[in-house]
Amino acid sequence: MTPSKTPWLRRDPRIADADTPKAASSGLDRREFLTRMAASGLVLAISASGIGCVADMAASGSFEPSVFLRIGEDGIVTVIVHRSEMGQGVRTGLAMAMADELEADWSMVRIEQAIGDAKYGDQNTDGSTSIRNGGWMTFRQAGAAARAMLQQAAADEWKVPVGEVQGTNGEVVHAASNLRASYGSLVKRASKLAVPKDAPLKKPEQYRYIGKTVASLDLQSMVTGTAKYAQDLSMPGMRIAVIARPPVYGAKVKSVDSAAAKQVKGVERVIEVPSAPVPSGMMPLGGVAIVATSTWAAIEARKKLVIEWTESPNDSHDSAAYRTELEGSVRAAGNVVRDLGDAASAVAGATRKVTAEYYVPHLAHVPMEPPAAMANFANSACEVWACTQDPQTAQGVVAGMVGIDKSKVTVNVTFLGGAFGRKSKPDFIAEAAFLSKEMKTPVKVVWTREDDIQNGFPHTISMQRLEAGLDAKGKIVGMVHRIASPPIGSTFGPDQEYHSEGELGLGVLDMPFAIPNVRVEVCKAPPHSRIGWYRSVSNIPHAFALGCFMDELAQAAGKDPVQFLIESLGGDRVIDMTATGAKKPVENYGAKWEDHPNDTARHRRVLEMVAKESGWGTALPAGEGRGVAVHRSFLTYVAAVVRVKVASDGTISVPRVDIAMDCGYAAHPDRVRSQCEGAVIMSLSNAMLSELTFARGRVVQSNLNDYRVLRMAGAPKDIRVHLVDAVGPIGGVGEPGVPPVAPAFANAVFAARRTRVRSLPAERA
Amino acid sequence: MLPAASVTPTMCSKYGSIACFSDPPYLLMRLTVNGSSREYTGDPNQPLLWFLRDELGMTGTKFGCGVSACGACTVHVDGAPVTSCVTTMGTLEGRTVLTIEGLDANGQHAVQRAWTEQNVPQCGYCQSGQIMAAAALLKAKPQPTEQDIDNAMTGIICRCGTYPRIREAIRRAAGLPTTAAER
Repeated sequence: MTPSKTPWLRRDPRIADADTPKAASSGLDRREFLTRMAASGLVLAISASGIGCVADMAASGSFEPSVFLRIGEDGIVTVIVHRSEMGQGVRTGLAMAMADELEADWSMVRIEQAIGDAKYGDQNTDGSTSIRNGGWMTFRQAGAAARAMLQQAAADEWKVPVGEVQGTNGEVVHAASNLRASYGSLVKRASKLAVPKDAPLKKPEQYRYIGKTVASLDLQSMVTGTAKYAQDLSMPGMRIAVIARPPVYGAKVKSVDSAAAKQVKGVERVIEVPSAPVPSGMMPLGGVAIVATSTWAAIEARKKLVIEWTESPNDSHDSAAYRTELEGSVRAAGNVVRDLGDAASAVAGATRKVTAEYYVPHLAHVPMEPPAAMANFANSACEVWACTQDPQTAQGVVAGMVGIDKSKVTVNVTFLGGAFGRKSKPDFIAEAAFLSKEMKTPVKVVWTREDDIQNGFPHTISMQRLEAGLDAKGKIVGMVHRIASPPIGSTFGPDQEYHSEGELGLGVLDMPFAIPNVRVEVCKAPPHSRIGWYRSVSNIPHAFALGCFMDELAQAAGKDPVQFLIESLGGDRVIDMTATGAKKPVENYGAKWEDHPNDTARHRRVLEMVAKESGWGTALPAGEGRGVAVHRSFLTYVAAVVRVKVASDGTISVPRVDIAMDCGYAAHPDRVRSQCEGAVIMSLSNAMLSELTFARGRVVQSNLNDYRVLRMAGAPKDIRVHLVDAVGPIGGVGEPGVPPVAPAFANAVFAARRTRVRSLPAERA
Repeated sequence: MLPAASVTPTMCSKYGSIACFSDPPYLLMRLTVNGSSREYTGDPNQPLLWFLRDELGMTGTKFGCGVSACGACTVHVDGAPVTSCVTTMGTLEGRTVLTIEGLDANGQHAVQRAWTEQNVPQCGYCQSGQIMAAAALLKAKPQPTEQDIDNAMTGIICRCGTYPRIREAIRRAAGLPTTAAER
């Protein structure tokens, strides 16, 4: 498939450079194999869409049949992982794929984190792509090629037909003669062989690691506190900086009195950081930096800065007033982006008509590790170490910030203490680079939690209005869906006030229900802050509105919600996505519709599975209720049943959640399960507690006491994950668990107390 | 001047590590960290978190909020769990501090073993705090109830949502039957 996601989902189009190899963006499944000779011996290069591959024993002292794989004479198998580890388990997952085809001994497998480099292809760890198109096939192919070479090397040494030897669990075996050779002992000979073009891949029943539960290779470091995150970085001579950033988007430093701050011992300099013009893309917001010898000194000194900020057009932005503005926006006609049949007439002529409006506020990512980066600018080059989701974009942004060529920027990737989309924007890395250049020393920029909440890239805010008509049999005959939500594109370009086609592909234009007349309109929603992508992006508001509205329609039709959803799917079918009435081609998460169709049978299957497993329809105590929702995102189908309990004082708790996922194939089932568990909890945080608001243009919340997320006591004690047993093209896993849980929660609240939750969070503080 | 993060603890006391903390009325005091005696010279208001991270280089204790709202920085002081981001150095004369680095460097503490068996961490960032809180809980209450677990653990936020596995791991470490979900 081609990762043709629109630029707003990927990176700042203004810093996308023209010299990125075409191959890097042309799809990871297209393989071409090149062989070339070099002075140091036979050097083999596999170019899998920009993925160079070199077997060069003489130069490296080890066997490197791929840029992702190195095997030493000691038998250590080093897997070079090019995607960032942020809790989704990609390091272990990709190592499993490689080690399986290689038939490596798992105890010999080590992981090395790749620096940012176009030779690895796309490294952007977003869009739930890291397995499905970031490495599943590439890593397996590299492992298979290496095993074939090791087998050939052994066969050559033993002078037996290669068909008689077998690489298995770290050694090559010739069963007939009981000859055995460890991979390490074959490295020298294997590295002189050509990398085979089409080494056969295993069949699923031959998998040794894939599809099994494998302990994370990073587990030990995480339970002993030795795993290094960007906040933990240090190097000789390093200074630590915190920055006072503009409280309102678009404001800049007008004047600063730093006299008191400079009196704090440990403070070395106070440096103004330039503010990028609005819209500022991924560039720093600017402000005033305190550079000190300790974090504490920097934080304390920042409190003593007296800064006057310039006026900003966003000074009057207020969330309450803005909500009213969005309500007005969706109550009038917008720009039509999908027009199938005649929705207005169908609704007008329907037996029953249902109208509802849904509100989802801005959200903050709040990864437990606030952003941090260390930079060392020296000799016209810059090396950075950062918790980044996207090291190649970081290269470009840093280069722009300090005025050097991208090739002079080295980006090292640490563990990411959570990310959820925040850390794909490298503004904090550019800050560190700028300050290192100014200081002529290494500098680590530390974001505090207040910085993270008040100067981040909030998830968009959304108001949606849905109107539908039912016929006498309770079938939906028409639907009009209006959306007002400031687009992510507004962070990167001017005059963007309407939801984009890319955002509409996240759960609106790909909506699966068989409704003969559908109109979708986008309504005006001017931005007042940076807008960023957040785990599952606009699927959050879209799934919430549609998932709740379908429940309201089921109620109006007098039908059981699960049955109503299944009936509304209109039978098992692959939806013709070219015949939906959409004005432009509908996005499919970078995949082709023919490779990953919109299949109502898979919607139905996860619904049936979650209904069965959750005990849907069985009696519950008074004050309790179940709700259901289904949603496809990132090529994966998920249905959730949430059970809530409403106490006599109105307090809502969630004793149990069942979630069923069909992700095509679960390459690492335990990690798929933990991603689903985490998605349930994050989505319930969104639904129950979290809200980022603005007053006088400034974020109201400041820390985790007032920006609320679920804690242990409030989290469901019983989360059950049900995976569809399938062997098909792999879909995403990190994000798709999030969207259906919030509407299932809201529908459960209705089932329990007979009043609707149409505005999130349910427990507005 | 030596940058704080790159000096050894011995050099810290010799050079005062951070100039601002070497002047009166700042104090000179002793405390025990992971079994070793340590000297501290400096601002009594500096939180333990930054002494551990910047001066001792013990970065296993994490910075998450700075206001005792997230618990990522949880350590033990005289055996009790505290948030080191708001525990000031001035309160620690003669006290004994235990951090994740001192719990068991090989990860063989019962809580760490249970964490490993249950595959608890996702991103891992909050897990030092989670593990230290759980270790303190089990020391105080070897057979905790569900309510005990809630009370002891609800101060430590996990944004990845590992709570169900944390609960299971605590039960496992306590030798209690593990409950829920099919996995």
